[in-house]
Amino acid sequence: MNVDRSDRDEAQMIASILAGDKEQYHDLIRPYERSVYKMALSFMKNDADAEDVAQEAFLKAFRKLADFRGHAKFSTWLISITLNEARRRLRRASAVPMESIDQTAEEGGHVSPALLRDWREVPSEALERKEIREILIEAISHLSPIYREVFVMRDVEEFSIDETAAALTITPGTVKVRLHRARMMMQNELAPKLKNANPRRRWFQWS
Amino acid sequence: MVIECKHVWNYLSDYLDDSLSPETKELVQRHLEHCEICSAILDSTRNIVVLTADDRVFELPVGYSERLHARLAREMGGDAAKAREDTGD
Repeated sequence: MNVDRSDRDEAQMIASILAGDKEQYHDLIRPYERSVYKMALSFMKNDADAEDVAQEAFLKAFRKLADFRGHAKFSTWLISITLNEARRRLRRASAVPMESIDQTAEEGGHVSPALLRDWREVPSEALERKEIREILIEAISHLSPIYREVFVMRDVEEFSIDETAAALTITPGTVKVRLHRARMMMQNELAPKLKNANPRRRWFQWS
Repeated sequence: MVIECKHVWNYLSDYLDDSLSPETKELVQRHLEHCEICSAILDSTRNIVVLTADDRVFELPVGYSERLHARLAREMGGDAAKAREDTGD
């Protein structure tokens, strides 16, 4: 996560909060509001539920703050609380699970990328268009949970391999394997769709 | 030593993260130099990773931050918060 911590002493802030200065919690979490929401939305699929999960996660983190011993980074700890909250909601929501939320086994089979020759880079300005953002979010939601959580931590939140491993309590090797498969699945689904997303070509594609 | 496309695909994710051994990295690089398809797969995967990391993809709902801090203020039980906003729940 790209948070500039140069002028923040989070350990000191946490100590003050635990000593009774609760107001400081507002400042402590401010840099992480966005990443917690993104993680929540990757799992909940609608804004209202994602916001609810984000709020619960921040409250739980506050209540459990005394358990945070600085063995992990606060951001990593916070994101794993968010993930647990999202999993808890999904479990509760699906009496008959549509997908196994706690799946730990690696899924078998080889993931092949989409084969292209004529890839033209999609410029980031394309993200100004809602349909492009929706295509990306939808592709993330199509990943099964074990791949989605790794992909979101690493490629959406930009945690390192080791931070991702720590937050998910899996080995760095497992992170790499799942990340590889997740990226190939994303490429496989998205490359054919985004091939036509170059702004200069859109009218030929959709008119 | 020459490697096939299918083997190159297995290395693409680590290649993007620059976590391959120097020997493997060179093998992959040499393959990419002459293989249009693997180059396109690498470019498209890298492009997708760049796009998904962009903050514009996930829009925060309007008022999200305000609602979050209001709820925290209510439920953290701080004295200042209580005085400001005593809703009784």
